[in-house]
Amino acid sequence: MVGAGSGAGLGGLLENANPLIYQRSGERPVTAGEEDDQVPDSIDDREIFDLIRSINDPEHPLTLEELNVVEQVRVKVNDRESTVAVEFTPTIPHCSMATLIGLSIKVKLIRSLPERFKMDVHITPGTHASEHAVNKQLADKERVAAALENSHLLEVVNQCLSARS
Amino acid sequence: MKDSLILLARVPAHPDSRCWFLAWNPTGTLLASCGGDRSIRIWGKEGDGWVCKSVLAEGHQRTVRKVAWSPCGNYLASASFDATTCIWKKNQDDFECVTTLEGHENEVKSVAWAPSGSLLATCSRDKSVWVWEVDEEDEYECVSVLNSHTQDVKHVIWHPSQELLASASYDDTVKLYREEEDDWVCYATLEGHESTVWSLSFDPSGQRLASCSDDRTVRIWRQYLPGNEQGVVCNGSDPTWKCICTLSGFHSRTVYDVSWCHLTGALATACGDDAIRVFEEDPSSDPQQPSFSLTAHLPQAHSQDVNCVAWNPKEPGLLASCSDDGEMAFWKYQRPEGL
Repeated sequence: MVGAGSGAGLGGLLENANPLIYQRSGERPVTAGEEDDQVPDSIDDREIFDLIRSINDPEHPLTLEELNVVEQVRVKVNDRESTVAVEFTPTIPHCSMATLIGLSIKVKLIRSLPERFKMDVHITPGTHASEHAVNKQLADKERVAAALENSHLLEVVNQCLSARS
Repeated sequence: MKDSLILLARVPAHPDSRCWFLAWNPTGTLLASCGGDRSIRIWGKEGDGWVCKSVLAEGHQRTVRKVAWSPCGNYLASASFDATTCIWKKNQDDFECVTTLEGHENEVKSVAWAPSGSLLATCSRDKSVWVWEVDEEDEYECVSVLNSHTQDVKHVIWHPSQELLASASYDDTVKLYREEEDDWVCYATLEGHESTVWSLSFDPSGQRLASCSDDRTVRIWRQYLPGNEQGVVCNGSDPTWKCICTLSGFHSRTVYDVSWCHLTGALATACGDDAIRVFEEDPSSDPQQPSFSLTAHLPQAHSQDVNCVAWNPKEPGLLASCSDDGEMAFWKYQRPEGL
């Protein structure tokens, strides 16, 4: 997975010093059906997007939503079949943080969703030089499991997932 | 088809963790399990249930990925993400760690004992396969480091009767090795899978090898010796391995394990779609181009990915499986009538 020494580029030169910043979407409006406890709420695209949009970028003091790395249209949920597919778009095609960003999204989903869900996290096709290699690493649950036993890497992931104060 | 796999028991083997792998001892009386909780558990049958006889919790600092019994049944080897392999000696119901094998740079993914019991193989994310020699004083010496793979090596197994080794890798290939003048050499690379090869299983004769992959297929490879009647070209005195069958369209996610029953010839698979499947070769099909039929399919065998399937070596049709949900399950497989 990501090597222990390749953590977030803290203190180093920023790879993409001036990223485009996008506006955050508003809060999800709560419908009458959702307030009714008698009606079961299925998990939908927006709910998954709400889980991942506030993840911090490892490099900038911005969220993945603000950098347009994640978008609601690139989240596909099938609650009945228990599948979630998320595509994320690195800000530049050689972004060395792509694996770390994908891992953070994956960990956020693993921690938040019921265990019945199968989660696939991929790079938006055509947006990264090492798309295939990063996708393969993220899909390999053995390597993800081993990476999350690496305390240094876990700390970096947790920083991406922590709420910004 | 739905009645061909019957659940016998379900056991929370590694609660709140993953159960990664299972291994029957050679007499089929004990089952070893290992998991993300860093422990190994030894299970035995009492009445109709399976009870935990021992917990081996002190050997490893990280996930225990795989376990393997020695052919004599007196030793258990465990491969861990902590980069070590432990050798456990069985004394009655207790197990004592007698040796820790170090050398791999990072996660050890698999361990396997040769049929003679005098050789052990390990493999790792460091891309290497190591062959270890065991002497009578339980001393282990590394006799070869094989760097043939270009990526993470996921699994190693030995041929059922010969000193031939096979490995499966994240580089999408399977490699075969033999001894040559005091060293080990890779003599064949099996290409065909389109993604990570997760596991391997030889048929009872050792002439065929099944491999399973992230590409959602199982492939059956057959050995052709030099001078074979079929005219398959061989390189010098080495046999050629050729893919003679691909099982595609059956699995909807990664196939994590494949197990070829040495008593019945049935082939079981463990899949990331939570299902267990069993295939059998059609008796009338051409051995050079066999066809296999799906004879059992249990869609929700576990509540999460199935990681391992293991046929009992002595009781025909007894299958054990384990999952990311931390459970293991025991199944009775019965060949559907009319096959």
